[in-house]
Amino acid sequence: MFCEKAIEIIRELHRMGDGQLPAFNEDGIRQVLEEMKALYEQNQSDVNEAKSEGKSELIPTIKFRHCCLLRNQRCIAAYLYDRLLRIRTLRWEYGSVLPTNIRFHMCAEEVRCLKDHGEFEIDDGTIILLKKNSQHFLPRWKCEQLIRQGVLEHIMS
Amino acid sequence: METHSYLPVPPGVGMEENFLSLDDILLSHERLPSRTECTFPRLGFLEKSSDSRDIQEGTKMEMPLFLAKGLYERKRRVVSVELPKVYKEGWRTVFNADPTVVDLHKMGPYYYGLGSQLLHFDSPENPEIAQAVLQTFIGRFRRTMDSSQNAYNEDTSALGIWFHLELKATGQKRND
Repeated sequence: MFCEKAIEIIRELHRMGDGQLPAFNEDGIRQVLEEMKALYEQNQSDVNEAKSEGKSELIPTIKFRHCCLLRNQRCIAAYLYDRLLRIRTLRWEYGSVLPTNIRFHMCAEEVRCLKDHGEFEIDDGTIILLKKNSQHFLPRWKCEQLIRQGVLEHIMS
Repeated sequence: METHSYLPVPPGVGMEENFLSLDDILLSHERLPSRTECTFPRLGFLEKSSDSRDIQEGTKMEMPLFLAKGLYERKRRVVSVELPKVYKEGWRTVFNADPTVVDLHKMGPYYYGLGSQLLHFDSPENPEIAQAVLQTFIGRFRRTMDSSQNAYNEDTSALGIWFHLELKATGQKRND
């Protein structure tokens, strides 16, 4: 059945009722996204076939896949939101410098610096020197803006 | 109580679910005995028991609640859901006689939540189901209040946990 991986990552989080932050399940998220891509593509194809060849009997199947797509989307959104709540609680508890063992559980991104951007201060006080071609290991949410600006480039390993 | 403690998104109230609630997501993963009322072409691979390319009309399968809800249509035959035993007349009579005697956890973790969600499927027994779930809660609540007020010792921590679980299951608990 579809959506089994999605419920697995939810269960993982739900198991920790006290607000602990488990390691970011990067692989789990990736698998859910892959399933979504497959469901979407199969539906695109079936929709085209239903329209061009009048095969309305495909409609229940299309709806079925669509339900599962929405379900996967819901699970990912809830997963990320719940982690956000946990991280926020930890921030209140520990202040802006989170212990390394917690940071380790957050989703990190390897980025390469594309141009000399000079010193960049992250809000926990760490200063990173962004020189062209230097590589850094930064949490996703800190890099996103710089990636959009074209200063950093995500390294896909 | 600490301020800023981890407060997850609570489950929805009654027949509603909260989109981001982990509890509601787990609840809506529960499987219900169902029957397909039309053919689902090309999805036969999901059905281990048959070799067909399609899921044939009239196939009995255990369908997760989210899927049954998503596919169900009042005016069209797409899927039909059978009431799990604990919501059928036999069990309703038991709950009616004495709501406190049943071990609810043995019946599955979501007696109240699932009972509320079943109302989406327009069963003719809906009024009876809703009534049974409500009266069961009231009966158990009353009994727990009674025993808590008559407890010899002051240790009501287990009681607190019971309240927390039962109220969560009804979606009545809010994190205020």
